[in-house]
Amino acid sequence: MIFSPLDLASLSILLFLLQVLLAPFFKKNERFMVNVCFSLAAAASLLAVAAGIWTVENGTTEKAILALGLPDLPFHLRLDSLSGFFLTTIGLLAFYVSVYSIGYVRGFIGQRPVMRLVIFYSFFIAGMFMVVLADDALFFLISWEFMAAASYFLVMYEDEKAENKRAAFLYLVIAHIGAVAILLSFGVMAGLATGFKDFSGYTFDAMRASHFPVEWATAAFFLSFFGFAAKAGIIPLHVWLPEAHPVAPSNISALMSGVMLKTAIYGIIRVTLDIIKVFPWWWGAVVLVFGLVSAVMGVLYALMQHDLKRLLAYHSVENIGIILIGIGLCMVFTSFQMPLIAALALTAGVYHTMNHAMFKGLLFMGAGAVLHATHERNMEEMGGLIHKMPWTAVLFLIGCVSISALPPFNGFVSEWLTFQAFLLSPSLPAPILKLLMPIGAAILALTGALAAACFVKAFGVTFLGRWRGQHKPKIQEVNWPMRIGMMLAAATCLLLGILPTLFIGWMDTIPVQLVGSTISESAGTYGWLWLTPVAPERASYSGVIVFLGILAVVAVAYIMLHVKPGAIRRGNAWDCGFEKLTERMQYNATSFSMPIRRIFGYLFDIKEQVDLSPQSAHSAFPKRLNYYLRVRDRVWGWLYKPIAEASFWLSRKVGMLQQGRIQTYLIYSFITIILLLVFVK
Amino acid sequence: MKFLPLLMEIMQLLLLLTAAPVFAGWVKMVKCWSQGRTSPSLLQPYRDIAKLFSKDVVLAENASWIFRFTPYIVFGATLLAGGIIPILSVDLPLSATADVIALVALFAIARFFTALAGMDIGTAFGGMGSSREMMIASLAEPAMLMAVFTMSLASKSTSLSQIAYVIANSNIHTVLKPSLAFAFLAFVMIAIAETGRIPVDNPATHLELTMIHEAMILEYSGRHLALIEWAGMMKLFLFMSLGAAAFFPWGIAGAGNMAAIPVALIYLIIKFAFAGVVLVLIETGLAKMRLFRVTEFLGAAFLLATLGMLAHFILE
Repeated sequence: MIFSPLDLASLSILLFLLQVLLAPFFKKNERFMVNVCFSLAAAASLLAVAAGIWTVENGTTEKAILALGLPDLPFHLRLDSLSGFFLTTIGLLAFYVSVYSIGYVRGFIGQRPVMRLVIFYSFFIAGMFMVVLADDALFFLISWEFMAAASYFLVMYEDEKAENKRAAFLYLVIAHIGAVAILLSFGVMAGLATGFKDFSGYTFDAMRASHFPVEWATAAFFLSFFGFAAKAGIIPLHVWLPEAHPVAPSNISALMSGVMLKTAIYGIIRVTLDIIKVFPWWWGAVVLVFGLVSAVMGVLYALMQHDLKRLLAYHSVENIGIILIGIGLCMVFTSFQMPLIAALALTAGVYHTMNHAMFKGLLFMGAGAVLHATHERNMEEMGGLIHKMPWTAVLFLIGCVSISALPPFNGFVSEWLTFQAFLLSPSLPAPILKLLMPIGAAILALTGALAAACFVKAFGVTFLGRWRGQHKPKIQEVNWPMRIGMMLAAATCLLLGILPTLFIGWMDTIPVQLVGSTISESAGTYGWLWLTPVAPERASYSGVIVFLGILAVVAVAYIMLHVKPGAIRRGNAWDCGFEKLTERMQYNATSFSMPIRRIFGYLFDIKEQVDLSPQSAHSAFPKRLNYYLRVRDRVWGWLYKPIAEASFWLSRKVGMLQQGRIQTYLIYSFITIILLLVFVK
Repeated sequence: MKFLPLLMEIMQLLLLLTAAPVFAGWVKMVKCWSQGRTSPSLLQPYRDIAKLFSKDVVLAENASWIFRFTPYIVFGATLLAGGIIPILSVDLPLSATADVIALVALFAIARFFTALAGMDIGTAFGGMGSSREMMIASLAEPAMLMAVFTMSLASKSTSLSQIAYVIANSNIHTVLKPSLAFAFLAFVMIAIAETGRIPVDNPATHLELTMIHEAMILEYSGRHLALIEWAGMMKLFLFMSLGAAAFFPWGIAGAGNMAAIPVALIYLIIKFAFAGVVLVLIETGLAKMRLFRVTEFLGAAFLLATLGMLAHFILE
């Protein structure tokens, strides 16, 4: 072979960097710049997808050393099954979003300079590719920061609003606290790898080769888990996510939610299963518990939202939680030497990573289309868009069905696999886990059902019913590139849902590499039609038959009922005979989630107030009624506010040193020198 | 694919389509007797469905394709579920399509689209029904899964066919387990919630503030309503079959054993006749709960299922 997968991946990164150089030349003709640069981005993403698919298919590992970096500390690249899989995921969504962006970014032309968006878009995707290819701590952290910085500027793109600046700042702060933790974690591992003698321990290979004492390994693991959790938005480190994701342009939100969070998942898998390898079972239990809390709290917070993009952002917290459940289970089973079940759990987690990238990308693109057409993010003002935007409605619905884990779409397959992993837990030796697991499975079921409720709300309030807003804007369906981008993502959701055996067969090199087992042999016992993890008599599922079965019954029933031309008459809504129906009487986002808010209300910081205006003729007929509702994260008050206040207090105290007089500062220097002379020999 | 199992699959689907209205009629009949009323005949549900099929459809002005498409989806998902649950025989050609978890998800598809259809017209009632239905579903599903989990511990499988096979072929002492008893109690409570019976929902009400399922389908008419009503009857029938297959599978025919079908059918009739009476006793004995009491009801179901699992770990 003349070229290898790693060459393809590197070429893809170079193409993205090339665009950055290219973009300024088209400054005059922005429309041309958008077309050329995003087409190029789409092509470059496809190259990365090809490299990823190729690597995972053959399970090869390829390494390279770049002549870049610090003296004696060159950058190391490595493309193995795990990075290949994430390369495929990122590349695939980047491809769809790039196609979508051709149409979406057009809307910004004339309103604000698009060059900044194009440049940071390329940097951002290149950064994500570099993160998954990096094979040493130095290059990893540089790529990590590169990605974080690019996404910061993208969140700041519409920087005239104070809200956006605040969100971007919060994002930057938490991203950096996380990055420091990751740096420390790598520091611990690199130091131990060489016994704190030289710098050669900074490569992942050196870390892999060494065996860490358990207390140091625990420190390294929890530092990196904290750092990656901050990036992934795991509760309680999620507060930046629902602020930053909604204010970014929608194509960026799709990438941030769909794939940027996944680089943190990649980091967790890489550090735990590949670098540390041997660990006690309770690490897995901790990851599992964080996953469960994120999943259920994420979806509950999502239910409370009425801003479409904020709702989707909270669902990212939920889905990251579900992925972590798979990874946590995998860690538990690995530490008890049960490679087959560990492979099942890992497959479930990694599968959900791909699925979430696809449907969350699709949903954010859909939300972008709605925003593009209505200039509105608040669902309370929307309604009935299915009539004006039929394409977007169908595609958004596919995203909703997928994320709600309903067969035959993809979200169901990975959640089902996670359930199967849970159901195998009675074979675990630790009694506490035997109890934790079923409760965990029930929480996962609760999450799935609440997600369905949330997406009935999201789709129902946005696309169904009648327009709720005061003013009625002229709404048009979005342009073709946007539709095509969404269609591709929707098609992927369906394919991943009905052909899981093929997909699992393709990605089985990942569990082989990381836990030394695979489920693809048992998964295909009945042939490609049925997915049978572990054993066919244990459980089986066939997405194809569910899809075709429902389709067949629907078709037959439809045809049988339409043999005789039955008339359809249009009339007023019946509504139990009520005549004066207005748009304002519809259920909206707040009222839809009211029962759930009432049941789970104690988990939130809720302020609810009803004001009746002075009565007119009789006290039973108030003139006006004002309803005020504020739902806030309790975490904010419990964790962030005290920390923020403490740091402000500390800054004020330290600020007292600052007198502004040169004499005082000279005294400070003098005292410091004296102290140093006394204490440092 | 062999011919005989295929034939049995088709027989089972036909049985589902024809027997579901009869069972609904039976429940109504027993209910009338228990309340000292004269009852309509067993075949009344057929007449109702036939009447609806022959009527024209009146659609609200704002109805989109979701509203028109939903009855078919609901009907399709329910019928497919009927092909998977072992009603007459285990190991049917379709039974490997989905295990219990996927089966629950099949019903969830139907519910998802019904809830969307409820919001499509833009009336207050539709949204109210959807909101309440999704709330109840989100509490019922974890409890259901917990019950399934406990159920699967005994047979080490979530495949319904396998569960039915294992329990039907073990002696009575291995089946009389406290864990299964708890799981069964939980299952009954969940089935009541899922099929929208008293005390959770009242299928006979059109009183504005108490309806849940009826509120979502308030705007349907003609053949659309017929499909939804029929699917509703099938759903009740299927939950009964699910309970029968998981807890009382005795008499069910073995794989491809055509000769055992008549016996299985007789067993089935006896089981269903009895189940109908129990359902009526529950329905007439209890009053409909306030909406927010449903939380406690389903919480209790969840707790019972959890107790079942603890019982499995501690006692068995």
